[in-house]
Amino acid sequence: MNRSSVSRRQFLGASGAAVVAGLAGCSGGQGQSGATTDTASSADVVKIGVLEDQSGNFALVGAPKHKASMLAIEEINANGGIDGKQIETYATDPQSDNQRYQELTREMINENDVDVLWAGYSSATREAIRPTIDRNEQLYFYTTQYEGGVCDKYTFAVGPTARQQLGIVLPYLREEFGPKIYTIAADYNFGQLSADWVKVLADENDAEVVGEEFIPLSESSFGSVINNIQDADPDFVMSMLVGANHTAFYKQKASAGLDVPIGTSTAMAQGYEHRRLDPPAMANIYAGVNYMEEVPTESNTGDGGFVDRYYEKYPDAPYLNEEAETNYFSTYMYKKAVEQAGTLEQPEVIEALESGIELGTERAPEAPEGETIKLDGATHHVDHHMWVMKADDQHNVEAVKNEQIPEQFLSETVGCNLPENPETTQYTPVDYFEEAE
Amino acid sequence: MVNGINLALQFLDSFAFIVLAAAGLAIIFGIMGVINLAHGEFILVGAYATTLSATKLGLPLAAAMLVGTLVTAAFGVVVERFVISGAVPNWIGQRTVGRDFVEPLYDRLADSMVATFGLSLIMVQGARVVFGNSIDTVGTPFGNIAYGAFSYSTYRIVLSGVSIALLVGVYYIFTRTEYGMTARATIQDEETARALGVDTERIYMATFAIGSGLAGLTGALFAPTLSMQPTLGDQFLVEAFVAVVVGGPSVVLGTALSGGVLGAIQAVFTNLYGTFFGRIALLAAAMVALRFLPDGITGFIETVQSRRQEGE
Repeated sequence: MNRSSVSRRQFLGASGAAVVAGLAGCSGGQGQSGATTDTASSADVVKIGVLEDQSGNFALVGAPKHKASMLAIEEINANGGIDGKQIETYATDPQSDNQRYQELTREMINENDVDVLWAGYSSATREAIRPTIDRNEQLYFYTTQYEGGVCDKYTFAVGPTARQQLGIVLPYLREEFGPKIYTIAADYNFGQLSADWVKVLADENDAEVVGEEFIPLSESSFGSVINNIQDADPDFVMSMLVGANHTAFYKQKASAGLDVPIGTSTAMAQGYEHRRLDPPAMANIYAGVNYMEEVPTESNTGDGGFVDRYYEKYPDAPYLNEEAETNYFSTYMYKKAVEQAGTLEQPEVIEALESGIELGTERAPEAPEGETIKLDGATHHVDHHMWVMKADDQHNVEAVKNEQIPEQFLSETVGCNLPENPETTQYTPVDYFEEAE
Repeated sequence: MVNGINLALQFLDSFAFIVLAAAGLAIIFGIMGVINLAHGEFILVGAYATTLSATKLGLPLAAAMLVGTLVTAAFGVVVERFVISGAVPNWIGQRTVGRDFVEPLYDRLADSMVATFGLSLIMVQGARVVFGNSIDTVGTPFGNIAYGAFSYSTYRIVLSGVSIALLVGVYYIFTRTEYGMTARATIQDEETARALGVDTERIYMATFAIGSGLAGLTGALFAPTLSMQPTLGDQFLVEAFVAVVVGGPSVVLGTALSGGVLGAIQAVFTNLYGTFFGRIALLAAAMVALRFLPDGITGFIETVQSRRQEGE
């Protein structure tokens, strides 16, 4: 037979079919969920649902979140549980797949009847399950750092927002290096909104964005991006690159000899690039974060601190990342709220959380001795203690600045007040700031 | 304002990326009629083998790259024997139940895609289970060249030289060696070739090994510039498939020409309007090429040549 009979058209047809089959897996149908029974929890155990990625695209950053939740639950159970009740854990791997998240969220609510749910790495995941959360009035903790603006009666977005992360690192770099900023960001919701925040903060700090470029998540060649930065000759770069492909930027800028200081809200704290990449890829990079393994507080790196306890339970874990700490302390916030409410009934627990739960440094290792981490009841966000962490050319990380930074966008600009006005909206900076347009 | 050197270096960079991404896929598809959806994972094998031999065994980078290439080629032979030709399962079948278990996947496009897609899922998850969510990387060698306010990684330029050498090497193998001649005979007419004493089974196995080895070489060469995690192969797939479709039936010339054309388009648009539009331009060019050159660039050349011959 004639081998060249395999035509381009067949090849295309076949490849097309494969792509369609691949996409079909991504478009989750939003099925109808059954009636909720969230007030009928059995009274002798606390049911906690944890959906964090242990495989798929977000496994690298999601696995530490899962581990930290398990650590907190184990500690609480060993110390008598919550209000005398042991915690029963429901944890399944959603495989970084939003459709899977939707199914598992319904399963957690309808079948397992969980009292509280932790779920999701990316903002896309959060938005995929939030309708189900809200319809079932399910108490939900979202712990990843994110673009900010979620004002939702049932969601507690306890990770730091873009405004908090950029709000610590951008003013520091402005002070140290000068006013000209070049922004590079991942080309989707999070990156675009973060770039808007860079403009707002540049304006507030008497700086100027001289150029910006949005980079598709699939891109891994950064030659022209590096040339464009050199062309604009900024005083520093703000990088909100996301994901494994974008990590290549740091290697390539190092090998191209680009040595401009880079501020970031995404690198190092989540995916521990300073451990994975060969030095000096991360030299001269400044991360604005609430937590990294290297944060030098007594309750974190001290003897028997958070880092010690984590590696005692997980000796082979590669890193303890930003979101892991958020999962950890928010579990203790929930414990405190239940004990204050004296019940597992979710409306009462939400009310207790809204009364402004505070955690001392022992359970919130990001805060230095004598400070507390406070949940803002009006917005369901956290006034984090923020750090600027600098990596040197040997990838040693040191803290160069730290201060408490409140969530400002929802509380001051939007006026989100969930106890008075329960809503389920996400607000964006474009609606409130001219600079963001 | 576009800087001429920036543009030239960007072109070399894109050209190298496209040619290296596509070479292994083009050979396996062009000669065996097998669409290897696990192509990205063969690149992963090369990248991981290279990185691990450099970081764990302490081999110098060049030797580590050779190891990466050979490991992937050997892995390709295993995949060919077990999955593509089904020789091993059939050997077991003949000895146990007295019949073959599977039909070879040659020229069965959809079937080969499903089989290799499954293989790719197993490999990505397998890499995650065995090596974790990431492994330590090796640094990029050679430093940079500076010109005016700009600089470019020397290694990326070296890669473009390697990609040209690779094209020359593949061209030599397929036109000047006995294997190449029998391979081309097998492409043109398998049955006649077999009647003339060509062991087509062995040709297929060798071809799959060469294609896999080239994918492994791509992984080896890009290992110092990328982050090492189980899905790293994905970033090559778009360029690889687009280049094969645009290139057309001739493996070497097609890959070279589509690398040149697509690389030039991507470089110009990336330089003028940024990375995002560079990528859009690449895909738009592929669509236009398919509309007007449904058999790819080399298919078009063949048509023109045969028309000219008919005219004489």
